[in-house]
Amino acid sequence: MTAAQTLIMVTIFAVTTFGTRILAFVLFPAGRPIPKFVEYLGKVLPFAITAMLIVYCLRNTVILVSPHGAPELLAVMLVVALYLLFKNSLIAIAAGTVAYMLMVQLLFV
Amino acid sequence: MRTQKGFLFAAFPHTIPVLTGYVFMGMAFGVLLASKGFGSGWAFLMGVTIYAGSGQFVAVGLMASGFDPMAAFVVTLMVNIRHLFYGISMLGRFRPYGKAKWYMIFALTDETFALHLSANPPEGMKEEKFYLVISILDHIYWIVGCTLGGILGSALSISTTGIDFVMTALFVVIFLGQWKQKQNRTPALIGLGASLVCRVIFGPDWFILASMAAMVVIFSLFKKPISQELSLRLEAQPRQEDPPSTEVQP
Repeated sequence: MTAAQTLIMVTIFAVTTFGTRILAFVLFPAGRPIPKFVEYLGKVLPFAITAMLIVYCLRNTVILVSPHGAPELLAVMLVVALYLLFKNSLIAIAAGTVAYMLMVQLLFV
Repeated sequence: MRTQKGFLFAAFPHTIPVLTGYVFMGMAFGVLLASKGFGSGWAFLMGVTIYAGSGQFVAVGLMASGFDPMAAFVVTLMVNIRHLFYGISMLGRFRPYGKAKWYMIFALTDETFALHLSANPPEGMKEEKFYLVISILDHIYWIVGCTLGGILGSALSISTTGIDFVMTALFVVIFLGQWKQKQNRTPALIGLGASLVCRVIFGPDWFILASMAAMVVIFSLFKKPISQELSLRLEAQPRQEDPPSTEVQP
């Protein structure tokens, strides 16, 4: 990408992100009631989307040939274990990422 | 009359957890971005103008795969649509802010949203200004983290292969945080199931759109039992109005 193209991409990210933040205030200006269905989606969708984002991150994992997604699986298991053990997000994220990097760089080359 | 410093001293302690989280995650973002060949200037610019953790991590992947404005728009929309629901919770609270309302809306990240719900200004302090200072502080932490990461990433000589996993780890941790509350589990499982099935059927490029559609359909079909479970659980274990995630994710 040229610098101009990168700038266009960043602008799209920025404008779209702000769009998602301001959307509620545009759709429901002062005094306008919020439809029950929207309220319901607001309660359930955030959790479903988190799960979707995990799948999104791992969408290019190769399962059918070696190493069969082993580094991803092991690193995710480590993150879960550390999070449950220490109740600390940063420790789990840092250790999981370092472990994954070591695995893909040294073990499963 | 309170001084500016008074607001800063009152707000700062509430933001310390976010300070740690944002500097750390911001640095991870900056290093990741630098590993794809974009220097600290870009990290700074993105931290200032986008200011969304998950969104920026996803953006790195998009930037690395070339110029594609449509994909940039669609994926950003998918990743960030949850903001709509934060906004809905803040409709009333942001009304008295005047012009600062636009900044408050712009800066409404997951963590800032959480702080707005959980932190309270000291007796007699003007509420609007207290929350505005919280929003500004969080934004500064994020910008500092992103820029530092960009500088560090450009200077690092070690191989950064695999650092993308930081994003996976982030979402796994957020998922676990949400999983603690029993009433979140059915929606979480529906999301997981729908996106896995859609990934297999539609492939890596199209499954996001497909799974969003599938989720909305499933949630509408099972609205009755799901909302019943939600309200039953909520009655069974009363809790304060928790945001979906209070952990490290802007």
